[in-house]
Amino acid sequence: MSKGSPASPSLLAAKSPGHASPAAGSAAATGATAVVGPNNVVAPIQMTGSEAIVRSLEELGVKDIFGLPGGAILPTYDPLMASSMNHILVRHEQGAGHAAQGYAQVTGLVGVCIATSGPGATNLVTPIMDAHMDSVPLVAITGQVSSGVIGTDAFQEADIVGITMPITKHSFLVTDPNDIPHVMAEAFYLASTGRPGPVLVDVAKDAQQGQMTFSWPPVIDLPGYRPVFRGHSKQLREAARLIAEAKKPVLYVGGGVSKAHASKELMALAELTGAPVTTTLMARGVFPDSHPQHVGMPGMHGSVSAVTALQQADLLITLGARFDDRVTGVLSTFAPNAKVIHADIDPAEISKNRIADVPIVGSVKEIIPDLTAAVKAEFEAKGTPDLGDWWAFLNNLKETYPLGWTEPEDGLMSPQRVISRIGALTGPEGVYVAGVGQHQMWAAQFVKYERPHAWLNSGGAGTMGYSVPAAMGAKVGNPDRVVWAIDGDGCFQMTNQELATCALNNIPIKVAIINNSSLGMVRQWQTLFYEGRYSNTDLNTGHDTVRIPDFVKMADAYGCVGLRCERAEDLDATIEAALAINDRPVVIDFVVSPDSMVWPMVPAGVSNDQIQVARNMTPVWDEED
Amino acid sequence: MTRHTLSVLVEDKPGVLTRVASLFARRAFNINSLAVGPTEVPGISRMTVVVDAEGDLIEQVTKQLNKLINVIKIVELVSENSVQRDHILVKVRADAATRLQVTQAADLFRASVVDVSTDSLTIEATGHPEKLTALLNVLEPFGVREIVQSGTLAIGRGSRSMSDRALRAS
Repeated sequence: MSKGSPASPSLLAAKSPGHASPAAGSAAATGATAVVGPNNVVAPIQMTGSEAIVRSLEELGVKDIFGLPGGAILPTYDPLMASSMNHILVRHEQGAGHAAQGYAQVTGLVGVCIATSGPGATNLVTPIMDAHMDSVPLVAITGQVSSGVIGTDAFQEADIVGITMPITKHSFLVTDPNDIPHVMAEAFYLASTGRPGPVLVDVAKDAQQGQMTFSWPPVIDLPGYRPVFRGHSKQLREAARLIAEAKKPVLYVGGGVSKAHASKELMALAELTGAPVTTTLMARGVFPDSHPQHVGMPGMHGSVSAVTALQQADLLITLGARFDDRVTGVLSTFAPNAKVIHADIDPAEISKNRIADVPIVGSVKEIIPDLTAAVKAEFEAKGTPDLGDWWAFLNNLKETYPLGWTEPEDGLMSPQRVISRIGALTGPEGVYVAGVGQHQMWAAQFVKYERPHAWLNSGGAGTMGYSVPAAMGAKVGNPDRVVWAIDGDGCFQMTNQELATCALNNIPIKVAIINNSSLGMVRQWQTLFYEGRYSNTDLNTGHDTVRIPDFVKMADAYGCVGLRCERAEDLDATIEAALAINDRPVVIDFVVSPDSMVWPMVPAGVSNDQIQVARNMTPVWDEED
Repeated sequence: MTRHTLSVLVEDKPGVLTRVASLFARRAFNINSLAVGPTEVPGISRMTVVVDAEGDLIEQVTKQLNKLINVIKIVELVSENSVQRDHILVKVRADAATRLQVTQAADLFRASVVDVSTDSLTIEATGHPEKLTALLNVLEPFGVREIVQSGTLAIGRGSRSMSDRALRAS
């Protein structure tokens, strides 16, 4: 090595051979064992590249695939027909991508989607970006034009590797069929280990058609990829010391805890420390809402108790969260008095937005139990800290400013009530998949989550249209659970073509359209910040409009049951009717007031201290500090 | 802004340069120069990236670079214990009257004349970026017609090799 100084100590640690502990749903860290799946031994056998793709997927343990064929991927669809894997033919490639995401998020397995070259591949760009923002393990397989014509602007040619470079964890362009097995194994390994994410495998048509020698398992050769799983013991001890000294600690829990399947571990740490727990939008359900230590969701539409807990904390125990701007508000004013412990499997997240006092690189699945043990030792030596004053303050906030809503002045049904009743009548064993906007926030607030992987949404990307296809994928992954797509009338009109896929493939999801006849969240901002000038947010699907399209007729046309509910007194009966139907998808048009708004809210560009519980209403703070 | 020199060992795979360049663009990091070439290890290339970064940003740059799957190792080379060289070719106006002065200037910088025509000279020089800037300042009055310059190359002083340890670790 040169005598140059290491670029970054934590980084170099990240590249050193890590503790080979399996992350959830993934294999060990190094060598041939890194191949996902049962690792059956297959002796060398001649086949085409296409057959090798299908065989590799089978060997990797894939059961379900979402896709849509086209010219450049045609060779692969031929052997797929004979495979035992379940391929679900979608109506739009975006649907395949989101379905694979929904599938991955409820099962912890890698979601797989397939598309052809050019526009087929570019239609996957949105779900790939979505999976990248929310760290969803996804492998996208695309056909590419033959290697000989790459670069000639051939029919349906797009540089999809280039297009998706900034939004994938990694990508491959395969032009030699002999590369297929190891590329597929590497793609699955990359997608599912470390910080999960989307991996693109773009396969030239001639590589699909060419002959190759297939054997299994292949050798994974990724010298630059060595994720770290175990946290550094010195950092863990330092974190435990801070926890033992803190008077106002908060567990700031993010989606990483969900990805790592570390809910049980989190519960042990939370109960040992007695600290309040906030679960971000990506972590809803990771810690039960009913637990007395749960103070709510933080962020722009978080509860007063959660937002204030973070603002007033003297220590943030950050687990698999990334200080997203929707959580922090104006970063420089976020949790101004707090020291920060930041545990994340991605070293680049640590000190990216907020400088960490104690950085811990590793999987929270490993870190949390190690931290719990270290805290236990610290408490035994120094005594358990008294958080009585802190809890008195927070409990007072919880009681004074509970989540709730006021009935709309127009007398129409309130959307919060609809969502709240869906959650209450379905229960915590259901899966709830939201789109993006007001209904998403209400679904995060008013459904009570008691278990991880029950709540799916497009958090980082904010992709309208995520809900219906992701719910479809979730239902394929969890066929025995009730799966609700809680969608908006705007979102629903972006991807509802997948209702045909659901109806034809016996995927009986339930779609609740929270129909406020507008792009509700944008309209809310127009109400609050643009003097009520409703520029291009009226969708004409609700009360006193032409109601185009008629969602009930549309459901009917797609072979689904269509229901409509416009009055609060019909609400429970309608939901119960939907819950009773399990042989077909159900679409319910809940026509609600267009004027309901999401509260609390921290307006964009101000400190979280400016949280409003209703329009122009800021809580009265106890003079704590 | 502080200037940092990063040596980056990468797998020699198609698209790796694009990945690095694209990352700098997407994260709004500033590349001052970039040089790529093969190393003593087959299949491994080395990039020397000179980055202008404020404060703690260099740590974020290296962390993001390290997330690229094809990046094997990154080391920051500081000038005290590394050798850093740029390479430049300059075409300078030089007729019979000024030719001698130009060649003398080149000599002072241990630069060599690699092409001659009736009204110009092409000078090749290698050195620390500051030396080359000084050379250009001296040549400027004669009339610089064309400049082509490489990115900085850098190597650590001493007997150890950056790739040894990186490969042993893998």
